[in-house]
Amino acid sequence: MESAREHKALAAPSGQPLLDLPLDAPLDEVLGEIREIVEDPAYPTVRAWRERGGRVVGHFQVYFPEELAHAAGLLPVKLRGGQLERREADSHFGSAICSILRSVLELALNGDLRPDLMVTHPICDAARNLAGIWARNIDSPGQILYLPQNPESAFAARWLAQEYARVLRDIEAVAGRAVTDADLRRSIAVFNENRRLLRRVYAIRKEHPSLLPVHESWVLTALGGLIPREEHNALLNTLIPRILRRDAHPQDRMRVVFEGGFCEQPPLDLLRAIADFCYVVDDDLLIGLRWILDDVALDGPPLDRLAEAYLEQSSYSPVQHDARKPKERMLLDRIRNSGANAAIIAAAKMCEPGLDEQVAYAHALDEAGIPYFVTEFEERMTGFDHLQIQLETFVENILFT
Amino acid sequence: MSSALVATDLVGRGAREGGRLFREWYAGLTRAAENGDPAAYVFVMGSLAELVRSFDMPIVFPEINSLQTAVRKTADEYLSLAEDHGYSPDVCGYVKADYALQVRGGEHPMGRIPRPAIAILTNACNTYLKWGEIWERMYGTPVAAIDVPGNRGASPRPEWPSAADFERDRVYVEYQIRELIPRLEQVSGRPFDIDRLREVLDRTNRMGRAWRRLLEINRSSPAVFDAMLEGTIYLGVANALRGTAEAADYFEDLVEEMEYKAAHGIGALVDGEERHRLIFVGVPCYPIFRRFYQLFSEWGGTFVSSTYTWFASGGLEDPFEYDLARPIESLSEGVLRGVTRAVNAMLFHDHALIEAIDTFGADGVVYHPVKSCRTVSTGLADSRRVVLEQRDVLCLYIESDMMDKRVVSEAQLKNRIDAFFEGLDSRKLRKGLSGGESAAAAGPLAGSSR
Repeated sequence: MESAREHKALAAPSGQPLLDLPLDAPLDEVLGEIREIVEDPAYPTVRAWRERGGRVVGHFQVYFPEELAHAAGLLPVKLRGGQLERREADSHFGSAICSILRSVLELALNGDLRPDLMVTHPICDAARNLAGIWARNIDSPGQILYLPQNPESAFAARWLAQEYARVLRDIEAVAGRAVTDADLRRSIAVFNENRRLLRRVYAIRKEHPSLLPVHESWVLTALGGLIPREEHNALLNTLIPRILRRDAHPQDRMRVVFEGGFCEQPPLDLLRAIADFCYVVDDDLLIGLRWILDDVALDGPPLDRLAEAYLEQSSYSPVQHDARKPKERMLLDRIRNSGANAAIIAAAKMCEPGLDEQVAYAHALDEAGIPYFVTEFEERMTGFDHLQIQLETFVENILFT
Repeated sequence: MSSALVATDLVGRGAREGGRLFREWYAGLTRAAENGDPAAYVFVMGSLAELVRSFDMPIVFPEINSLQTAVRKTADEYLSLAEDHGYSPDVCGYVKADYALQVRGGEHPMGRIPRPAIAILTNACNTYLKWGEIWERMYGTPVAAIDVPGNRGASPRPEWPSAADFERDRVYVEYQIRELIPRLEQVSGRPFDIDRLREVLDRTNRMGRAWRRLLEINRSSPAVFDAMLEGTIYLGVANALRGTAEAADYFEDLVEEMEYKAAHGIGALVDGEERHRLIFVGVPCYPIFRRFYQLFSEWGGTFVSSTYTWFASGGLEDPFEYDLARPIESLSEGVLRGVTRAVNAMLFHDHALIEAIDTFGADGVVYHPVKSCRTVSTGLADSRRVVLEQRDVLCLYIESDMMDKRVVSEAQLKNRIDAFFEGLDSRKLRKGLSGGESAAAAGPLAGSSR
């Protein structure tokens, strides 16, 4: 196994943590600081990494095997857009396009988040255009990773491992070094720990929802897409016990599942508005960071193991076709497993996969007799009063009937 | 035979025959629906029609069914029904029309559509995948999603960095095709016959040769067909009857007709003279299809080329022919190349467009992004910027839809199109007065077939 010092060196080019959090401060204050970092459209942690000589692989939603970038000593950064003023990007798109594509391009055009390598996936009809637009406008290279939409094929895992090897070649070129199987195994171990810690975060949400509202959980999860995972692991190891000791009394609130945050993220204040009325006990927010549900095996060829885990040990989203995992059945499982009484079925505006899935979800929930609330969101939404009134009415209707 | 008689028989034959073949195809689908024959649903990009046809199964193209509801002015009924069932106004109109068609028991303005016994789709369009899931849920239809990994480098050339990279993808496609064959045997109740597949592939080879010649002939001046109007009819036949002797014969006859027209200077415009050579980018405005065409033709505008004929033909313009000695391997190569080419025509078309501007001597490019199809439309505003930087042409960018009349504003379209042609006219006038043409437009034309 690798020593802690070597891990530290991999974590940040200077050997110093990227974050300077007041960990001795009250938990609310620490979480507030993290929120500011996560919501800062200038991506300060990425900037700090680069100022120390680090290089960055940006990966568009939903899933990317971040271990590949990590193993090369690069910082994998989740490209998830954000609430920012768009000055240039809108003129590159038509009108019926979601926000996240626009904001990701804006960040690249204005220089706040221009990775040394951008990897995108043809997850939807709009996003599959991003690579071409990137190539026409951004100097740093773009790369397309195909993730199987035919996971039932007996050849899919083998082909995906080869596809990972192909992407790894480009990553090695950016890093200026070769990546060995040992490097990959070390990174898989780091990410296995990260996934375990995130599962603990979500377990708190299910078992003690008053201790960790959805917006705070989101902030903790999103931070992982912005800093080295070793650092994220260390922080979660510090904060999880403190969250469990939090003085927050359970209240008589409805337990709900939030579905629809697999790609574009709702504004944090929207999540906070929901948390005012409900305990969100599970969700698909940033599901790509939690896509693999168990540890990836450390034996055998690491790319094979990563490919198998993507196909066989994974969650679900509207942008992956897998007849073995009908999404409405997976949602019902998520609701039952989390002990939720209802669901919020959201979709980003103009998000075709999300909007399509809303229909299937609604039918399945009707059949199962589970109440649900349908809504749409957009990155730059600022007013949530209307949503809160609707949600309050929804909750009261259920509570009083 | 006098030339007048030749012209009477020949000119317009393609349109007449195309319409007849199309009606017969729908009549066949209606019979299949009435008989309860197992039908295969496929899509235009990577249809694998040759393989399906080798099992003699009726082939349904849901995209074509949907666009026909718009052309025949009934789409709003279908869209409304789907929206009543929960589908958003912001999702693909093709999907909604088909969903409603299924709810209505296959009722369609051209006949009756059989239910899907199997659906075969590629990842060329993500909506294909969501569409297939609807039939899975409605009927339990087996859906074969074939991964066709295309361009990786975020630019169109080279598609594959090395022969090994290409072979890796081809083998994956071949493997999936081999996995599909027993499923087709089961659904159709027929054993796979490789000689039958060879026969069908040979017909597509014939059709493909004619198709490529057809597109090439339109470089002539005047252009012999409108790539948006007639091009759509030709696309219908090329897809629906791919792999049949009728389609191969049809396109060979069409080439004969177009060569005659080119030799005799007979242009696409019936009532006027070609004044502006245009390239169409996107999907046509089917809710007002004929009127949409007229908005351009009234000004003497002819679409000499169209990206629609590139991607909606499944990449048929690729100079590739199936090797009948190794049919399945060759089919996998054809699917990989064709789908990649089709996807490039939607996502990375700026290089091909610039090439087409030169080879077709185009004066302008019309971008028509539609709300319904984000695959085709998302990058058009960006592509336009690049084309304008690199070629001295006028570009028009107009948004509407291919299905939903509610987002088609004919008056606004007309205003924009009129202004575009006024610009083109004034530009030609200025060039005429200065006695020259722009280097970008005039240079390549000097050596072209115009």
